[in-house]
Amino acid sequence: MSGTAPTAAPLARLIEAFHRLPGIGPKSAQRLAYHVLRAPREEAEALAAALLEVKDRIQLCSTCQNVTETDPCGLCDDPTRDASMICVVEEPLDILAIERAGGYNGRYHVLHGSLSPMDGVGPEQIKVRELLQRLQSTEVGEIILATNPNLEGEATAAYLARVIQPLGVRVTRLAHGLPVGADVEYADERTLNRALQHRVPLDAGPPQSAEPVDDPPFDAASASDSIAAAVDAETPPHPGEPH
Amino acid sequence: MPAPRVYRTDAVVLRQRRFGEADKICVLFTPQLGRVEAVAKGLRRPRSKLAGHLEPLTQVSLLLARGRNLDIITQAETQKSFADLHDDLDRLSRGLYLAELVDRFTDAAGDVGNLYRLLVEALTRLDRDDGLDLIARWFEMRILVDQGYQPRLDACVHCASPLEPEGNSLAPLLGGVVCPDCRVGLPGRPLSGNAFKLLRFLQSSPYDEVARVRIDQALGAEIERHLRDLVHVALDQEVKSAGFVDTVRATRPVRR
Repeated sequence: MSGTAPTAAPLARLIEAFHRLPGIGPKSAQRLAYHVLRAPREEAEALAAALLEVKDRIQLCSTCQNVTETDPCGLCDDPTRDASMICVVEEPLDILAIERAGGYNGRYHVLHGSLSPMDGVGPEQIKVRELLQRLQSTEVGEIILATNPNLEGEATAAYLARVIQPLGVRVTRLAHGLPVGADVEYADERTLNRALQHRVPLDAGPPQSAEPVDDPPFDAASASDSIAAAVDAETPPHPGEPH
Repeated sequence: MPAPRVYRTDAVVLRQRRFGEADKICVLFTPQLGRVEAVAKGLRRPRSKLAGHLEPLTQVSLLLARGRNLDIITQAETQKSFADLHDDLDRLSRGLYLAELVDRFTDAAGDVGNLYRLLVEALTRLDRDDGLDLIARWFEMRILVDQGYQPRLDACVHCASPLEPEGNSLAPLLGGVVCPDCRVGLPGRPLSGNAFKLLRFLQSSPYDEVARVRIDQALGAEIERHLRDLVHVALDQEVKSAGFVDTVRATRPVRR
């Protein structure tokens, strides 16, 4: 922390607490702490109550591991959603992104992380066991692996495909390709090669993702705006042609 | 300051970690500067022009701008993407293990030696060759030698008498092999005759020759234990992705 004028101990503790939050540097922490100090008592109480409420009332859904106030969560409890599809994501925020895109109407499973071997994060440290248990106790037709298209996410998807495929469940992966609005010129070679491999005809209507899927499984839909892509192959986003 | 504001370098991306809202810090291994940490701005945004080029286990050419604390990656272009290595969990697990070895061995800036060339060679082989574990063993031995932890395999580290292949043990804490006469009471793990010969061969031979050696599962497992011991003692810390290699091996489908 800054070595300027000594700060009263309670204020220093608050600054320290803010400083621990992600993305908050020492200066921002000071600014937040002084804001709380000057704010009316009710505002501080509301903040304190909100913090405690989150810790007391939010739990993980016992089915999909999403954060929820009720168990099962609203998504798992919704009878209009297709229970035969499970979309596997890394974080609860990924569900929000996919729901915002509006192209998916199945269930979810939140891993709460991705395999990160160098940090010692293996399958036991994320919610893989819960997913496998869920597959044993319910009838599932398709698992969509929607982990991030980076090294950890790919490793997680490859690992999950390996342990799920022997169970006889169809496993698919979100398509890779050029993000909507991107430049071909700046694309890296792996993205370009994958976009070429999984290119889709423009004259044949929606791409079919019905062919049998080997490992590593890729869906036929081409243009994905990263995690926010529409997942459902029935309503694919428009392919990322240069405009 | 006379140093230029921007500089160019080749690098292998060893790992990344999140930094701020959408940035990442990349740990790079470069041929001249060794291990360098640099910021890649906006890498987590879907339209980042750098992201695809800066995935771990990619060889890139970079343009960096000197920053106050960390340098900033301003341009990146892939030289080798090692696509098959990335797409195959068996290859990927070994690749990550090698990257972590380099990351940990070069943590305190030191002599880069031949390490960059060795790393690129090992990743290239992991990308296209079979014998993934042998590549990993060869790299472990090469990095030990390169970083000054070459185990002594020609004479007993305790009595200095020349060694026969059979009956020895390997004592990483003592820096090499202990002969049958000295091994009682000294730390170490029994070393089979074949493992002894293979360790010596790994130490002295280029990979092209090593690749011709046929190794059964038991010998492969033994040599892996010995080299992990040696690496562990040299680093004085665990190599975390070794556990991932074991996990992946345990889930390997029955093929090939």
